[in-house]
Amino acid sequence: MNIAVCVKQIPDPATPYDLDDDNHWVVRPNDQVLDDTDRVGVEVGLQLAEATEGTVTLVSMSPSGSLQGIRQALAMGADKAVIIDDDTLKGSDALTTARILSAAIDREEFDVVVAGGESTDGYTGVVPQMMSEMLDVPCLSFARKVDVDDGIVTIERQTASGYEVVTSKLPALLAVTAGIVEPRYPTFKGIMQAKSKPVETLTASDLGVEPDVGQRVTEVADVASREAGDIVEDDGEAYLKIVELLEQTKVI
Amino acid sequence: MDLDFTEEHRAVRGMVREYAKDRIAPNAEQWDADHHFPTEVVREMGELGLFGITADEEWGGAGADFTSLCIAIEEIARVDQSMAITLEAGVGLGINPIHEFGSDAQKAEWLPDLVAGRALAGFGLTEPGAGSDAGATATKAVLDGDEWVINGSKAFITNSGTEMTSLVTITARTGPDEISTILVPAGTDGFIVEPAYRKMGWRASDTHGLTFDDARVPKANLLGEQGKGFHQFLSTLDDGRVAIAAMAVGVLQSCLDESVEYANDRYAFGRPIGSNQAIAFKCADIEVMTHAARLLTYKAAWLKDMGRPFKQEAAIAKLYATESAVTATRDATQIFGGAGFMDETLVARHYRDAKVLEIGEGTSEIQRLVISRGLGLPLR
Repeated sequence: MNIAVCVKQIPDPATPYDLDDDNHWVVRPNDQVLDDTDRVGVEVGLQLAEATEGTVTLVSMSPSGSLQGIRQALAMGADKAVIIDDDTLKGSDALTTARILSAAIDREEFDVVVAGGESTDGYTGVVPQMMSEMLDVPCLSFARKVDVDDGIVTIERQTASGYEVVTSKLPALLAVTAGIVEPRYPTFKGIMQAKSKPVETLTASDLGVEPDVGQRVTEVADVASREAGDIVEDDGEAYLKIVELLEQTKVI
Repeated sequence: MDLDFTEEHRAVRGMVREYAKDRIAPNAEQWDADHHFPTEVVREMGELGLFGITADEEWGGAGADFTSLCIAIEEIARVDQSMAITLEAGVGLGINPIHEFGSDAQKAEWLPDLVAGRALAGFGLTEPGAGSDAGATATKAVLDGDEWVINGSKAFITNSGTEMTSLVTITARTGPDEISTILVPAGTDGFIVEPAYRKMGWRASDTHGLTFDDARVPKANLLGEQGKGFHQFLSTLDDGRVAIAAMAVGVLQSCLDESVEYANDRYAFGRPIGSNQAIAFKCADIEVMTHAARLLTYKAAWLKDMGRPFKQEAAIAKLYATESAVTATRDATQIFGGAGFMDETLVARHYRDAKVLEIGEGTSEIQRLVISRGLGLPLR
């Protein structure tokens, strides 16, 4: 089975990062890390590949930099990577991102496309759905469990109140949730092998996609700082007051 | 001149740091309290390939450099010295003697499981009456037909009594002025593993005394050449010293991180205790020691990887890094005040654990002896 996994290199969330003054884009350091949510997607892809003797191809749109984040996913066991690194794509919106990733995936036959639910730096959460439309395959989103058997994929789709069982023929696109699997640690050998695995670098024109950033960030403002919370003094019946407050905020 | 680690080195550091944070750090205090050797975690470290970093690919290893191993040891030592020494001894004392001096048959029999971390081997040199004075070895091995008959005892042998231990390599007297190295499989009749020691530190590391009472092993279990046991042992010492220095670097880094965080967060007299020079300067001193120890350690590791002599550098790194680690754990404990005396505080465990860094793989005194000799001084 040919499995494409969409991954993203992002600035290390542990390190503060800057926005550039002109466009308000994230200034991307040379060393970026693999988005944590994508480690889940890679793990799902690897498990599917192991079950079917398939291959996992990573697909990513970002400045290559040192490729550190991509190598993390290769070290976990992915076979190869396609990276679209093009200055004209800087600041692209979700739609352009979906166009580029779809075009890169569509160059070869694939059975399953795996994506994380949303990136940790952009949080749009719509790229997988857009891609499924462009690739003309069903989108099985919020997958918390995945099984593939004889050309049929079955997932449990997480809902607010429980889950739905959804099945589809392959090829299909899966958008997975964080808890679906425990991502593996790369092994030492995996790390050593990662450097010699193929990484293909493309531009938008290689894919025949007209780069259109699609959005402009006009202003960035700080989030209002949180106000101090309410303090409930316990006179023996504070729990009633707390329950009332929680009900007011619709937490319970 | 290039003082950067390679991309692979950084990836190894990231992988081991994350693993140690997730799987070792949350449990280390409990293992320490229970004197518990966590077999399942050691096996996991094996699955990650940590025991096979430097071994040849033929035996399942990655054939990578010694620097990578030092990085892995350093990262584990930051959260738990017991697991760091388990790895260090597993590779340096368990795998390396067989990898270096074993026959093809011996390698094929023992290395695949050791390299994969499915098994562990110990190295029995120290005796109740012989340590760095290895010439005083009293354990004897006498040939009887096709078998060595071994009698004697060994002390403080790491990884010698775990449920994963497949063998112990020991030094034994095989003639009047002759010390040889012999492989003794676990479970051999007459090979008795004494109860685990009660130790001040490294409590989750497995350490036993061993007794040999007419233990018989095949003649073919001789490792390397007869009579070269002492020489063979000496040739692997320098690696071990650098690896212990790497452990000390991990301890220093941990003391630094913990101390700076605590000095910022803990208030006394309405301000963080780190606003007092008495505290801040201790942190500054630990920072200096950490930098210096790391440079010395990785310089020595780099020399080894370049195939250049590094005996002097290994002794210097071991001496400075371990003595600094003991100083830093004492200072960090002081910064933490009363909390620093509690078992639940990481620096308290580091304080107990660090002392033996100045003792194992050659005491500080032995390192000074080696360094003095390296200077051409006429020491005995």
